Amino acid sequence: MTRRWFWPSFALPGTAWLILLFLVPTYAVLAVAFGTVDPIFAKPIPVWNPFHWQFDTMRYVLGQLKPGHTFWIVFVRTFGYVAISLAGCLLIGYPVAYYLARHARRSKGLLLVLLVIPFWVSYLMRMLAWIGLLLPDGLVNRVLMNLGIISEPHAWLAGQASSVVFALVYGYVPYMILPLYAVLDRIDRNVLEAGRDLGGSPISTFLHVTLPLSKNGILAASVLITLPMFGDYYTNDVISGSPRTSMIGNQINLFFQGGPQKNVGACLVIILSLLLAVLMSYYLWITVRASAETKESLL
Amino acid sequence: MRRVRDWFANPWGQPRALGAVTWLYMAWSIVPVCIAILFSFNNGRSRSVWQGFSTRWWWGDPNNSVLHDPSLRGAIEQSLKLGGLDMLIAVPLGVGLAIGLTRWRGYGARPVNYLMLFPLVTPEIVMAVSLLLVFSLLYSIPFGTEAQTLGQVTFSISYVVIIVRGRLLSIGPEYEEAARDLGASQVGAFRLALLPLLWPAVFASFIVVFALSIDDFVVTDYLSAGQSTQTVPILIYSSVRGTATPALNAVATVMVTITLLSVGLAYFVYRWASRSQPATSGSALNEIAALEV
Repeated sequence: MTRRWFWPSFALPGTAWLILLFLVPTYAVLAVAFGTVDPIFAKPIPVWNPFHWQFDTMRYVLGQLKPGHTFWIVFVRTFGYVAISLAGCLLIGYPVAYYLARHARRSKGLLLVLLVIPFWVSYLMRMLAWIGLLLPDGLVNRVLMNLGIISEPHAWLAGQASSVVFALVYGYVPYMILPLYAVLDRIDRNVLEAGRDLGGSPISTFLHVTLPLSKNGILAASVLITLPMFGDYYTNDVISGSPRTSMIGNQINLFFQGGPQKNVGACLVIILSLLLAVLMSYYLWITVRASAETKESLL
Repeated sequence: MRRVRDWFANPWGQPRALGAVTWLYMAWSIVPVCIAILFSFNNGRSRSVWQGFSTRWWWGDPNNSVLHDPSLRGAIEQSLKLGGLDMLIAVPLGVGLAIGLTRWRGYGARPVNYLMLFPLVTPEIVMAVSLLLVFSLLYSIPFGTEAQTLGQVTFSISYVVIIVRGRLLSIGPEYEEAARDLGASQVGAFRLALLPLLWPAVFASFIVVFALSIDDFVVTDYLSAGQSTQTVPILIYSSVRGTATPALNAVATVMVTITLLSVGLAYFVYRWASRSQPATSGSALNEIAALEV
């Protein structure tokens, strides 16, 4: 006989862990953001009871978010960088995923291995690699100077927005190609042949069959890399290190690792999470739906 | 010019332009890492100008080489230690959660399912900040190895659940039902029918959690207690803009080598272990590849 508690008991330790170390900590952010500050030591005092929450800090932060103020500039910059990087990732990632799924034959195994390698090379190691190349006396400057494109070394690592965007694209594009490849690989070849048989040129078949069928994959992959990019501060720190290119993540990091105003940082974390909530819900929704579909198709 | 264009467009065969883009991308993504590895063997202090081959940054230099500098060695050791701890804790918790969530059909399953997915979509800095606050203000857990392990396990569990659940769904309940029909108890059916079928997924989880752990920067950095508990990514982050020597490249190379070797080994063991398993969708490579997503 099946005991009712048998299966839930498997889930119990993991569930307890996630409640204590994911749910409660999330609440702690609220308690600090809406809490008070010790007047002498300037340390945040969390207020756990929501009826006693104070919203002065949040009001101050929201005031700084008005057009032209400090946080506004940082938020707009972050959106700009993420949007351009996302576009760059799509421009590079889609053709690569498409070629792998549709055309690669003998070389497919090798290409897949090459595609997966960046996943297993630490992100900061990959940044380290580019920093070596982009240093004033690095390979990039020397090649450009030998080609006569620039006459003196360019300071790539001194607060250049273009370098930050370049590094973000380099860092996140592998995470985009793999899900895109999975979606494109699943498209039934018969559908494509039908498109061609009905008189479509390769381009119109691509536009009317392949692209619509991969739309969901594009969205999912975009969300997948957009979420971590919004919280990224380390790419910016190692590639630029200048406040001129600072993003939301840098601002939050500054409050927690540098300055004393942890409650201001906590407010920024809440605002960032609310902004990303739409993207997060979308991703949760497709994940749950996909796993429900697998369940159904297997039952 | 036209001939060149036609050769690239190649209307009757493979689109060579797309192929060129793909190979260029692969080169762009991997060659810089290879150059960084090469520079760990540089004979000078520079990480950007080649001054001849030497192994001084690996073991030759009595003070600043990977072998002799305690802070470099310490970072590697801390990375491996956290990787091991994370694997040992996150995998059992995640496997249990996956089994529970797949087989349990009660009211609680749905909210727990959502709770499990949330760490996957939460930006790491949000998670790091909340752990930092709760450890210092509520749980009074000192920063350092314990706090780092707790933090890493929290974001690793969900990956284990995703991997193991995929396997569970493709196995289906038939094998256990057959075992029960043949007289096995519930525990017996689990141990004798389900668990052996799950091994490949459990094994894959170990590798993925290890890789997640040693690649992690944000949570590990927020919960570290200064120099004594810095890992390799933290070391890179804090010294890459300074006057770091090629020894930093050597440390990074050590980690890359360890990860790639364990993944390569895992891939072959995985294929060997799942050779007699019921057929599942996709090859082992696809499964290992899909794990990160």
